[in-house]
Amino acid sequence: MTAAGSSASGTGTEVIVALESVDKWFGDLHVLRGIDLSVRRGEVVVVIGPSGSGKSTLCRTINRLETIDRGSIVLEGQPLPQEGKALARLRADVGMVFQSFNLFAHKTVLENVTLGPIKVRGTSRVEAEERARALLERVGVAEQAQKYPAQLSGGQQQRVAIARALAMDPALMLFDEPTSALDPEMIKEVLDVMVDLARGGMTMVVVTHEMGFARTAADRVIFMADGAIVEEGSPDEFFSNPRSERAQDFLSKVLSH
Amino acid sequence: MEAVFSDFGEYAKAFGLTCGLFLVAGLGSLVWGTFLAALRVGPVAVMRKASAAYVGVFRNTPLLVVFIFVAVALPKIGYSFTFIENVDVGGHHVSGYFFRACVALTLYTSAFVCEAVRSGINAVPLGQAEAARSIGLTFTQTMQEVVLPQAVRAVVPPLTSVLVALLKNTSVAAAFGIAEATAQMKSMNNDHADQRIQIFLLFAVGYIVLVEVLTFSSYALERRWRVA
Ligand SMILES: Nc1ncnc2c1ncn2[C@@H]1O[C@H](COP(=O)(O)OP(=O)(O)OP(=O)(O)O)[C@@H](O)[C@H]1O
Ligand SMILES: [Mg+2]
Repeated sequence: MTAAGSSASGTGTEVIVALESVDKWFGDLHVLRGIDLSVRRGEVVVVIGPSGSGKSTLCRTINRLETIDRGSIVLEGQPLPQEGKALARLRADVGMVFQSFNLFAHKTVLENVTLGPIKVRGTSRVEAEERARALLERVGVAEQAQKYPAQLSGGQQQRVAIARALAMDPALMLFDEPTSALDPEMIKEVLDVMVDLARGGMTMVVVTHEMGFARTAADRVIFMADGAIVEEGSPDEFFSNPRSERAQDFLSKVLSH
Repeated sequence: MEAVFSDFGEYAKAFGLTCGLFLVAGLGSLVWGTFLAALRVGPVAVMRKASAAYVGVFRNTPLLVVFIFVAVALPKIGYSFTFIENVDVGGHHVSGYFFRACVALTLYTSAFVCEAVRSGINAVPLGQAEAARSIGLTFTQTMQEVVLPQAVRAVVPPLTSVLVALLKNTSVAAAFGIAEATAQMKSMNNDHADQRIQIFLLFAVGYIVLVEVLTFSSYALERRWRVA
């Protein structure tokens, strides 16, 4: 594989999200330490690191599910609003996929995917449903449209969650360990969808332990430890030649089996 | 016994008034209490504190004191709700007494409704609200579309207890000039001292029937929502 990853559409120059000197504390715990990170349009950034290093927290600050104590986050040229309608509008442009799927338990698959477009974008029901069916088709769960989340397998639920996020036409998608709660045979079906998205030019920040995904789909790998970005580089550089001792140590553990 | 049967119209009218108090105050408490619960879990710190303070005050104040406040103290300082005097609703004369009793019952009961709804909201996994916010729903939409519809299922049992208590609490209005069931029982007891036990039993049966109807409806709701 050549140096710069493989998202087919390539990476633009426009910065979608920029974090500058971001610090965050949970009480006494300094979870994010001086994080600087910018993601350009079409770029796929994979975040890896040991448990508790702050990967989820980083991901969640980008759509302000967690607040920050210092620094700034600029999304598509606008600083993240504090609260209220402006924040909601900005969040609509950032898709988020959770480890535990978090599909709306009382709504059908179709309703899960149409809720955002109808309530937030003001799309008509007919149009939203048509679009939702196309997205469900794309992630391979079209036959499940009328079922409730509890009737689906984990892999199917996660693919619906991806469709739900895509329905908002996000400028950026955040994935927080999207396959960690899945049985091994379902991991691939979700990763396939994600690789497909990456190839299609979606801007993505992905927290994952799936090194295979990082190698095939990432433009850049970020290694975090103790709340700080310790190292970053192209997947090739990073996996074959990690510079920091923390990264070498981490990779020897996750790649040994 | 004959005392009640000969005056069955009065008996039924008294329980009608009890039901009226229950329905108006029940609806009022559900709306106001749910609103308070939404504030209680909302993003605005001042509102969270205000709602918690409200619950603290009304949950720890005896209902009788709330009644005295609304029915006696408020009119003294000019809030007598006289605009509601002499209104007819479906042929029934609605008095300021009735309205004040409903206000007192609502103020008091909504504190308990708030706590029941809050416990229901807390039973909904946090990830549901996070997912709702992350697709761009506002706080209000998140509540309406995602959290409350799921909280409702967890809320039916504790809310039923709150409403049963409200039904029985309507009897406090007897002391404030409302001829609801308990007041009617007292007056019948005075007129027919020889039939006290029977009168008492008949009125008790009236309350029991109402409470049973309420609990039965709640079970029915629970069963229906369990399937969905
Ligand atoms: N809401 C919270 N309150 C207090 N501490 C928290 C909270 N959320 C996370 N933490 C702590 O912050 C640190 C970083 O957590 P985070 O979830 O971001 O790590 P992570 O890198 O995603 O780990 P994992 O790989 O286990 O998911 C951990 O020590 C965690 O215990
Ligand atoms: Mg995590």
